[in-house]
Amino acid sequence: MPSRVKRTTRELLPLEKTPTGIPGFDEISEGGLPKGRTTIVCGGAGCGKTMLGIEFLVRGAQEYNEPGVLMAFEETPEDIARNVASLGFDIEALANQKKLFLDFISVEPHEIQESGDYDLEGLFIRLQSAVDAVGAKRVMFDTLEALFSGFKNPGILRAEFRRLFRWLKDRGLTTVITAERGEGTLTRHGLEEYVSDCVILLDHRIKDQISARRLRIVKYRGTKHGADEYPFLIDERGMSILPLTSLLLQHTVSNERISSGVPDLDEMLEGKGYFRGSSVLITGTAGSGKSTLAASFVDAACRRGERCLYIDFEESRDQVARNMSSVGLDLDQWSKKGLLTHEAWRPTQFGIEMHLLRIHKLIEKVKPQCVVIDPITNLLNGSSDKEVYSMLMRLMDFLKVTGITAVFLSLTSGGADLEQTTVGISSLTDTWILLRDLELNGERNRCLYVLKSRGMAHSNQLREFVITDHGIKLLPVYIGPGGVLTGSSRVTQESAERAEALQKQQEIERKQMDATRKRLTIQAQVAALQAELDAVEKEEKTLNQEDKEREMQDKADRETLAKSRGSR
Amino acid sequence: MKTKPKPKSSKKLVSLRLYVAGQTPKSLAAIANLKNICAGDFEEDYHIEVIDLVKNPALARDHQILAIPTLVRSLPVPICKIIGDLSDTERVVVGLDIRKAKGKKPAAKARAVSGAK
Repeated sequence: MPSRVKRTTRELLPLEKTPTGIPGFDEISEGGLPKGRTTIVCGGAGCGKTMLGIEFLVRGAQEYNEPGVLMAFEETPEDIARNVASLGFDIEALANQKKLFLDFISVEPHEIQESGDYDLEGLFIRLQSAVDAVGAKRVMFDTLEALFSGFKNPGILRAEFRRLFRWLKDRGLTTVITAERGEGTLTRHGLEEYVSDCVILLDHRIKDQISARRLRIVKYRGTKHGADEYPFLIDERGMSILPLTSLLLQHTVSNERISSGVPDLDEMLEGKGYFRGSSVLITGTAGSGKSTLAASFVDAACRRGERCLYIDFEESRDQVARNMSSVGLDLDQWSKKGLLTHEAWRPTQFGIEMHLLRIHKLIEKVKPQCVVIDPITNLLNGSSDKEVYSMLMRLMDFLKVTGITAVFLSLTSGGADLEQTTVGISSLTDTWILLRDLELNGERNRCLYVLKSRGMAHSNQLREFVITDHGIKLLPVYIGPGGVLTGSSRVTQESAERAEALQKQQEIERKQMDATRKRLTIQAQVAALQAELDAVEKEEKTLNQEDKEREMQDKADRETLAKSRGSR
Repeated sequence: MKTKPKPKSSKKLVSLRLYVAGQTPKSLAAIANLKNICAGDFEEDYHIEVIDLVKNPALARDHQILAIPTLVRSLPVPICKIIGDLSDTERVVVGLDIRKAKGKKPAAKARAVSGAK
């Protein structure tokens, strides 16, 4: 039957949502705030509730062509406009363009006395005229709780609140109301009983002297949403919720290989280098050359014409450029060409969310193909390991999804546990390069080895890591009788072996000469004997000849004799 | 609806403004109650103005009116506001600081009229 079919399809329509335009929020709410319904934003003082509401209105007016109405109970519109001007929101201009309507509602309790029955029709009249003035689709009340202080009759207030939210719903206005957090309850005055379509809780806490802001969607009727606490920031562009990437491990991979910047290292990686879009972890103790290795990578990438972002928590740009020029790397030229962006800030300046958000924003601004973070261990300050781990995981995911090759440097404290990074992120990265120190004969030399590199047959050899003024060189390591030799022991060993080789060479030559001489001697002897032999043969021949002749002569003589004797 | 002030009176002038919204029961009750309260003979002269916000919505914002009905005494200062249908006459009298004229018995007013007429 047609009517029954119609009813079913109507039930299956999903909840419509209005995008807020606040970065990150529309992702965790999977579309934004419920359209035509009321959302309550609660939190303590200074959490950013008003900010969220105003940004919702302003972005609605600017980006989604949805004019809005702001009913302010606590601050005058001028004050609000001034407060948000620093965020780049020009409320006055929007008001002039009839995209935003601001109404200041003054509720002064001591002025008002109650006598008999009343309602808040005046509020409705004002709201209606405001909505009509700009054709609003979005409304924000900041904060309706002011009504509680002005009007003492709870029964009337309750009825009017219900009427108000029904009124807003009937007109399809997407509304945001702010409320102060209560002790043990969501809101101080219990507004959440009237508004239960969507409840957002904002939190602003101080941990280890660093402030951290968190947002949580406590309730969102009719849809699934991210239920965790998400860190967010308020900066010069408004609110930003730390963007989420889908942590589904679904990203396309590239087969392209890019150079690590050090030809010897490329050789250890099947001769080709890293996979594009992979993540590389370089760990080592202080002064082991990690930054130099990263700088070589950046240099090679810029040479290929790719944009690089170098995020430094330890050294300024000029310092890095100066230090690297002593190794033969000119990073200034790439900075000038705009291929290299080097951003440095102190890790203790912010909490970890701020760090990561800044990194995200830089990546969006610069759109690099390669990113270096030097070092990530500094992000540990002020956060527990688990938090850092999950944040780094999000960042790495984000980089993978966008196909950016990322190099992370990690400082280890040395000692026996070199292969255990404090955070355990080694399992998240595709390639792990270790820089180790070897102490021998009063010297400390570095060596490098590739602990793992997914997807390629990397070398498992230890190489001596030498920083020359032409860049980094990796030398094959010497295994001497005492173990691995590096540095000056290696040099000694090398020269010793060279001497040995020379000696052997000379000996062989000498022996060869001896043999040759012997041969020649014997040959001479042979020649002499041969001559003798010839002579003897000749003599023999001559003797034979003479003998024969004599015999013939004898015979002839005998015949002659016989003849002469007369034959009878 | 205006009542003309009594001429050549040495009484003080009290300026009252009643904000209503259309012909709702509360609004009508408030008007009736106010008329009753002010009908008697008092020391002051009452100048009553009834403003219908449905006809004039901009005034709600300009005069910062939220509750309906609202009675505002603009003169003498300080301004005081009373919200409600004015059925609690005592409150109104005290709030507006109305002084009954000495010697005169208050007329039959002060009847609590609330709800529909």
